[in-house]
Amino acid sequence: MSALEIRSVRKEFGGERVLKDVSLAIESGEFLILVGPSGCGKSTLMNAIAGLEPVTSGEIHIADEDVTWRTPAERDIAMVFQSYALYPSMTVRGNISFGLEMRKVPKAEREATVERVADLLQISHLLERKPSQLSGGQRQRVAMGRALAREPKVYLFDEPLSNLDAKLRVDMRTEIKKLHQRLGTTIVYVTHDQIEAMTLADRIAVMRDGNILQLGTPDEVYNDPVDIFVAGFMGSPSMNFITASLEGGAGGYRLRIVTAGEEALVLPWPVSRETPAMAEQVGRSIILGLRPEHFSEEDSRLSGMDEGTPVSARVSVAEPTGADILLRLPLGDGEVTARVGPKCTVVPGERLGLRVDMGRAVLFDSQTEQRLA
Amino acid sequence: MDNVIRRRTPAARLGRMAVYAVLLLAALFYLLPLVVMLITSFKPLQEISPGTLLSLPQSPTVEPWVKAWGEACTGMRCEGIGGYFFNSIAIVVPAVLISTAVGALNGYALTKWRFKGSELLFALMLFGCFIPFQVVLLPMAQTLGWLGLSSSRAGLILVHVIFGIAFTTLFFRNFYVAVPTELVSAAKIDGAGFFRIFWRILLPVSAPIIVVSVIWQFTQIWNDFLFGVAFSAHNTQPVTVALNNLVNTSTGTREYNVDMAAAMIAALPTLVVYVLAGKYFVRGLTAGSVKG
Repeated sequence: MSALEIRSVRKEFGGERVLKDVSLAIESGEFLILVGPSGCGKSTLMNAIAGLEPVTSGEIHIADEDVTWRTPAERDIAMVFQSYALYPSMTVRGNISFGLEMRKVPKAEREATVERVADLLQISHLLERKPSQLSGGQRQRVAMGRALAREPKVYLFDEPLSNLDAKLRVDMRTEIKKLHQRLGTTIVYVTHDQIEAMTLADRIAVMRDGNILQLGTPDEVYNDPVDIFVAGFMGSPSMNFITASLEGGAGGYRLRIVTAGEEALVLPWPVSRETPAMAEQVGRSIILGLRPEHFSEEDSRLSGMDEGTPVSARVSVAEPTGADILLRLPLGDGEVTARVGPKCTVVPGERLGLRVDMGRAVLFDSQTEQRLA
Repeated sequence: MDNVIRRRTPAARLGRMAVYAVLLLAALFYLLPLVVMLITSFKPLQEISPGTLLSLPQSPTVEPWVKAWGEACTGMRCEGIGGYFFNSIAIVVPAVLISTAVGALNGYALTKWRFKGSELLFALMLFGCFIPFQVVLLPMAQTLGWLGLSSSRAGLILVHVIFGIAFTTLFFRNFYVAVPTELVSAAKIDGAGFFRIFWRILLPVSAPIIVVSVIWQFTQIWNDFLFGVAFSAHNTQPVTVALNNLVNTSTGTREYNVDMAAAMIAALPTLVVYVLAGKYFVRGLTAGSVKG
């Protein structure tokens, strides 16, 4: 049974198409994240699911019931807002029980629910306070408490962590994940933060310009992106895109990368990863996608990886982050970022031997930006 | 609030004293009419002509106040302005409450339940703030006649409510536009409807703007003369009209002390309202401009 199903939903605002034929379905208990840059339509999609905005066409089903033309109250959902939207004149207790009161839940039951939720979120000591007397993190908890008080079919989270400071955001992220694991709730979560998306989601829908570009598990979206946009959006530092020309033929493709002032670099493409689409690209320029962690030091005792194609490059900048070192290297027509171990001794300006894991590299069509292999 | 850092030289002190002296004089000048009215209203009639305006009463008396309230002649009748004072209250209180309530609902609907043309509707309503009263006297008289409300209190209340809505809607609309719409979305999801959201979520945070609306409307309606004189009969006249009649009644000697007492009585309620709630008035007018 799908907890939520969206069928060909379109949304237009004054002639502008904000959602262009969006379809997706999630199972009960699944954690779906809608991610994308601002203006991609993810918040509009969320509001359409909530019933706060009518759709122009298409259908929305919650628990196998068509709710397209139902009011937000009739959809049996709960929502956590970016601004928390706590009712300013009510206490925390009042905020949490308001939805129950509106649904005519008896007082004793409401009280019990408030206690249970407050206990779960560790806000029992705040119940008599007004929202203005709470810190940002506490408000966030109350906002979640308000959603958890009812047991709706779907929870909607609209960028719930983006108003918190960095440390608190990481803590709350873990807490949301724990809650989901514990309660097994169905969650649709909007964020523009790809790290939140990777860490929380069962499945990620990457959106752009009113379309879902890719819907898949964090692993699929990260390692098997459908196009350059998805590949570049997920991951930090983001994937390196290197212009190369494709040579050879089936059974032995090679990528030639020309860097100014250097000898041309030729990387063999693994035979096991060849695709039919590559054949018509031979002789043309294509885009090679390499994540920073696809590079490693030549010395396998340091990297623990003894496979990979050797590459040598001059280091222009080294940025130690503590856990590892990010290197900037000229490669192709620009610079690339490589992530190496913290013990690696690097001197900017000198050459360094690296290995590239071509088994995880990806290829894109330079015209359509779609995935080739 | 002297935030300028400088050494306190004797010259600077002198300059400062001069500033305060000028300010004090200006304040006294503005207070003078009120002082003269108060002094005169407590003088017996025989002290008025020989004395100067500012001389204090030799034998203070409340007689003029008593007379103004219960005995003075307003035109043909000699019942004082007390009855008309209550007429005013009976007109002002419902008119203020109704126009504020309607303004609040309008402001809420125009900001939180936007519909096609809601901005245009608001712009048109704003015109109401700029329409001169005299322009509508005749059509309004005709309308009140059709409604069977001519010369009645209900008719006056209706006129004041209609004229007040433009202003109260403006106040509440501008106040509610700053209230996050997500609050309304959250309440909708929680299962509350149009009136419930208004009553439980918006109204409890509206105190500052309610005060503004009430003071504004109270002052406007209480001080109204034109509608009062045009749309009332002798038994429904507001106190402003009665005051005019009292002062203009030309039989016998002019009782300036009674005139002054009557004017004070007619002006007192707006003063009291402003003194009691003026602090909130200023606070409400600036609400939203600075984050609380």
